[in-house]
Amino acid sequence: MPNTDQTPIIQIKGLNKTFKSDASAVVALDDINIDIMHGEIFGVIGLSGAGKSTLVRCINLLERPTAGQVIFDGRDMTQLSAKELRRARQSIGMIFQGFNLLMQRNALDNICFPLELAGVSRKAAVKRAEELLETVGLSDKAKSYPSQLSGGQKQRIAIARALANNPKVLLCDEATSALDPTTTQSILALLKELNQKLGVTVVIITHEMKVIEQICSRVAIIAESRIVEMGMVEDVFRHPKTAAAKKLIYPMGQQVETFTGKGNFVRLVFNGDVTARPIVADMVLTCGAPVSIAFADTKEIDGMTYGQMILQMPDNPATYQRMLNYLDDEGIPYNEEGESYVQ
Amino acid sequence: MFSEQMILVTLQGLGESLYMTLLSTLVAYIIGLPLGLILVVTDKNGIHPNAPVNQILGAIINILRSVPFLILLVAIIPFTRLIAGTSIGSTATVVPLVIAAAPFVARVVEGSIKEVDRGVIEASLSMGASTMQVVRKVLVPEAMPSLLTGLALSLTTILSYSAMAGFVAGGGLGAIAINYGYYRKETDIMLLMVVILVIIVQVFQGIGNWIARRADKRIH
Repeated sequence: MPNTDQTPIIQIKGLNKTFKSDASAVVALDDINIDIMHGEIFGVIGLSGAGKSTLVRCINLLERPTAGQVIFDGRDMTQLSAKELRRARQSIGMIFQGFNLLMQRNALDNICFPLELAGVSRKAAVKRAEELLETVGLSDKAKSYPSQLSGGQKQRIAIARALANNPKVLLCDEATSALDPTTTQSILALLKELNQKLGVTVVIITHEMKVIEQICSRVAIIAESRIVEMGMVEDVFRHPKTAAAKKLIYPMGQQVETFTGKGNFVRLVFNGDVTARPIVADMVLTCGAPVSIAFADTKEIDGMTYGQMILQMPDNPATYQRMLNYLDDEGIPYNEEGESYVQ
Repeated sequence: MFSEQMILVTLQGLGESLYMTLLSTLVAYIIGLPLGLILVVTDKNGIHPNAPVNQILGAIINILRSVPFLILLVAIIPFTRLIAGTSIGSTATVVPLVIAAAPFVARVVEGSIKEVDRGVIEASLSMGASTMQVVRKVLVPEAMPSLLTGLALSLTTILSYSAMAGFVAGGGLGAIAINYGYYRKETDIMLLMVVILVIIVQVFQGIGNWIARRADKRIH
C-alpha cells in the first residue's frame, strides 16, 4: 500500500465485550488486540457469530466495550464524553451490508445528511455531495430515491455518505455480502481506489475469503470471540496455523467424511510452493495411465496453488509407483491413504 | 323532515363535529406525538433507554386508554368546567376528547416510529447524530407515511368519540342523532346523521391514505 506508514490510526487493546442478560452472559469478544495502520486496508474475517460485527461496532462505540481500550487517532474512545464521541464519529465513516440509507431522502440529500449533522450550511453541503456523487460515479442519480437504485448503486451512495465529512477511517461491515459477484468486484475496486486516492484507512469485516484476497494488505482471523491469526494476507492464507483458520481457508477440508472405494487413494497437498500448472494432467501423460479425482479443493492465491486433492490411483503397482516418483520429483507432498480416506 | 330549519341544524351540527374533531386531534397530537416519541426513545432497545420514564409513561397511557370514553366524559366534568368555563357544547367536549385521544395518539405514533429500520438509526448514530437529531431528522421523517396513516386513523376515532359526546349535551351530529332520533323517535334523522358520519370517515380516511401514499418515497 503506497499510503501506509507504520503508525497506528486505531489501536484496540485488551478489548472485551460481554452481553449480559438476566440469566446468562455471552462473551462476544475476548482479549482482542489489533493495531490498524494509517492508510492500510485491514480485513477481519470470521464465520457468522464469531464476533466480527461486534468488533467493528466497538471501534466507533456503537457497542460500548466491557473492558479494554479503543484508541483512535491518539484518543481513547471509551473515555470521551457524549459530545466528544459524536465529534470523533464524524471522523469514522461506516457502511453496512443493508446500506441503511434514509428511504425518504433522495441520493443527494442522503449524502448531505452527515454534513447537516455536523452543522455544514446547506449550500456547502450540496456542493460537497455533488463532488462525492461524481467520485462514486452516480452524478446522474442525485434526485433518485434509494428505492429506485440497485444494490450496488445504494452502496455507492452509502460510501459517498460515509466519506462526506472526510473521515480518516472507513469501516465496512459486510458491505458486499448482499451484492452479486460482479457488483462486489466494482465496490471493492472503488474502495481500493478511494484508499489510494484519499489515503483513507479501510477496515473490512467479511466472511468472504475473496474479499480479503482482493483488496486487503493485512488480515485478522476471528473465531469464537478471539483473534486466532493475524498478519499479511499472503502469509496467513498460505500457511494457516490454527484449525479455525484452516476451516475458513479450506472450507471443505474440515468436514469429516469417510469415503471407501476400490483402489489406492493418494492425498496431494498444495501449500503454495508450486506454481499453478496442470500437475495431474502432466503426471497422467508422463506415466501413461489415467487417474480419477475423488476430491479436490484448491485455489490460487497470487499465482500459487493452495489446498488439497485426492486421487484414485491405478491398480497396477508399477504405474502407481511411477506416479509417486513423479510427485516426489515435482516436490509435491502427498499421503498414501490406502483404500479409504477422510476428507 | 327536511325542512329548511332541519337543514340549518344539520349544517350547524356538521360544523360542530368537524370543529370538535379537528381541534381535539390537533391538541391530542401536540401532546401525544412527543409522548409517542418518548416511549420509543426511552424503550430498553431505544436510543436513550430510561426504564422509569418509559414504564411510568406507559402505565399512565394504559390507564387513560382503559377508561370508557362515556365514563371519562362524565367523570371529568369539573375539570372540563375549569378549562372551558362550561361543561356543555362543542368547546367543552374538546377537553375530554383530548384527554381520551392523546394517549391513543401516543400509541399510534409509537407504532409508526417503531417501524423505522434499526439499521438506519444505527447508521445515523455512526455519523455522530445526537438523540434529538435522530428524532428530528431520522425517526419522524422516515416514519412520515406511517404517521400520516395514523393521523387518518386518529381523526376517524376522535370523530366517533365526539359523536358519543352528544349524550351529554356535547353538540355536533351525535347530539342531533340522539335528540331527534332517540328522544323524539325520528329514526330517519338519526339515520341521516349516521350516513353523514360515515361519509366524513370515508373522506378523512381516503384523503389520509392518499397523502400518505404521495409522501412515501419507497413506492414511486
